[in-house]
Amino acid sequence: MSVLVYTENWEGNFRKSTFEAVSYASETAKLLGTDVIAISLGEVSDDELNKLGNYGASKVVSCSGIEKGDSQAATNAIAKAANGASVLIFSNTYTAKMIAPRLSAKLKAGIVSNVIALPENTSPINVKRKAFSSKAIELATITSATAILSIAPNSYELIETGGSCSIEADSTAEKGAITIEGQETASGKISISEAEIVVSAGRGLKGPENWGMVEELAELLGAATACSKPVSDIGWRPHGEHVGQTGKAVTADLYIAIGISGAIQHLAGVNSSKIMVAINTDPEAPFFKAADYGIVGDAFEVVPKLIEEIKNLNN
Amino acid sequence: MNIVVCISSVPDTTSKINFTENNTKFDSNGIQFVINPNDEFGLTKAMVLKEANGGTVKVITVGDASAEPVIRKALAIGADSAVRINKSATDSYTTATEIANYLKENPADLIIAGKESLDYNGGTVPAMIAEMLELPFVNACNGLEITGSDAKLTREIDGGKETLSASLPLVIGGQKGLVEESALRIPNMRGIMQARSKPLAVIEPSTTEDLTTSVSFEKPAEKGACKLVDADNVAELVSLLHNEAKVI
Ligand SMILES: Cc1cc2nc3c(=O)[nH]c(=O)nc-3n(C[C@H](O)[C@H](O)[C@H](O)COP(=O)(O)OP(=O)(O)OC[C@H]3O[C@@H](n4cnc5c(N)ncnc54)[C@H](O)[C@@H]3O)c2cc1C
Ligand SMILES: Nc1ncnc2c1ncn2[C@@H]1O[C@H](COP(=O)(O)O)[C@@H](O)[C@H]1O
Repeated sequence: MSVLVYTENWEGNFRKSTFEAVSYASETAKLLGTDVIAISLGEVSDDELNKLGNYGASKVVSCSGIEKGDSQAATNAIAKAANGASVLIFSNTYTAKMIAPRLSAKLKAGIVSNVIALPENTSPINVKRKAFSSKAIELATITSATAILSIAPNSYELIETGGSCSIEADSTAEKGAITIEGQETASGKISISEAEIVVSAGRGLKGPENWGMVEELAELLGAATACSKPVSDIGWRPHGEHVGQTGKAVTADLYIAIGISGAIQHLAGVNSSKIMVAINTDPEAPFFKAADYGIVGDAFEVVPKLIEEIKNLNN
Repeated sequence: MNIVVCISSVPDTTSKINFTENNTKFDSNGIQFVINPNDEFGLTKAMVLKEANGGTVKVITVGDASAEPVIRKALAIGADSAVRINKSATDSYTTATEIANYLKENPADLIIAGKESLDYNGGTVPAMIAEMLELPFVNACNGLEITGSDAKLTREIDGGKETLSASLPLVIGGQKGLVEESALRIPNMRGIMQARSKPLAVIEPSTTEDLTTSVSFEKPAEKGACKLVDADNVAELVSLLHNEAKVI
């Protein structure tokens, strides 16, 4: 009857999205009158695992011998820990997107992804999710006995409970039919899907040499950098920065769009951000219809001033 | 090598999304349906692999008759044959079950799906197919090379990429990068003519029960008017973001 939450780590460390999932699991468990069990895959120190207690987990099952990118092995390990759980919670990360649906198939448990709020009812589970690339919100029901919910990052708050958790080591080692050969990540970069602030720029910036000010602004704000599709298509910026309907979805607290016109396909992926700011020379740019705040002006004048003002604020 | 490409048909990206019947049904009135963009990358990749290694490319969709124009388009792009499982796709578990059941009877070496459909954005069908067939799975796959029965793949991860290897059979959730966008194939006149006589089998679904249902839809709350700040007064914007919106 418990709630099981998958707690993802990156090189042994949990991130905000992990704690969001545990907080969400904890509130869901309260609705069901039960406890939260967390499962962790790969090597994570006890100090780090203990942090999960503070967000409401009462027990952590730590499977250090399972690689999270090996979706077959991960699915089997989680299915074993889920024995008796009525709800399984994930944060919608790249890895969770491989594991959660596999579990759905294995356990015959209905899955709802892109969840943005706590369940409205628990028997059956009714929950709101984003659909149509954020052009709509869908209320979905899960009719199977076991339910799986995958939460959109940044859509649920962190709730610290001050609690603690017990740790249970599971030494099962299993390997699926896939081999991870290596990883390349730009270190120190904040990921777009999890970022609280995203600074994004479009074709209005004229060329890749002008991104220095975008990066400086992002750095000052602790933000991730993003771009419109044509900008990554022409190769001004890496593909991983492309946001919108066919790129990454943004659910930030603040999205700053510099020299981006606001085409429907762009807005579709970013408009579930809480606050949007548009900076554009054209007062008719569609982005101003979607933005909360705007400046009609030249990015090459406005952005340096913005950088100065934020430095003033930080001091 | 026999490749199956799973195709979902979705509203064109420029579509305005509306609902009918008291906001319980998607309003398909006036909507142009297209091949899900992630699947377009997969289909072109399948054509490239077939040209290099021989074999066949079959497309499969779970959908009612309204999905046929999209299927014909996939045939016109170059798929050899198509299968339509005659059921509107209402739940990802049943959709995956139908596809997996077909593939159990008609095995493929490589199953290419998309990382997500742009309508319901589930991002769940391909991994479910993999589990049902007990096959390895790579999601958000943006690179694939095949030599014999060995596959080398790359997938997108947060802030970077991961390189993997596996042997066929294998399921991928593909996306941009499988092929360049400029390499995407579009139907030409000859393809469209040939598509008319290519086999399109319609098979009835096995009765499976949905595990999820849609109750209702709503549109995100309308934004209030945009507060415009003068370009000479950037300090005002910073103050609004700090004091009013409280986001910095
Ligand atoms: C199937 C499909 C899928 C798509 N998916 C996506 C997607 O996921 N994401 C996406 O972004 N797009 C997507 N697009 C493309 C989309 O339709 C637009 O073409 C694109 O978003 C425009 O990018 P942009 O705003 O950077 O460029 P533009 O439309 O060229 O706009 C540039 C803007 O910069 C302004 N500007 C110019 N100079 C300055 C200056 N000095 N200072 C300030 N502002 C200035 C201009 O007024 C203009 O508004 C898709 C299109 C299709 C057909
Ligand atoms: N009705 C369907 N018929 C065939 N393939 C589908 C269907 N729905 C989803 N898929 C495949 O699964 C991928 C991801 O879809 P989804 O899980 O719905 O986001 C799509 O890109 C398709 O390749």
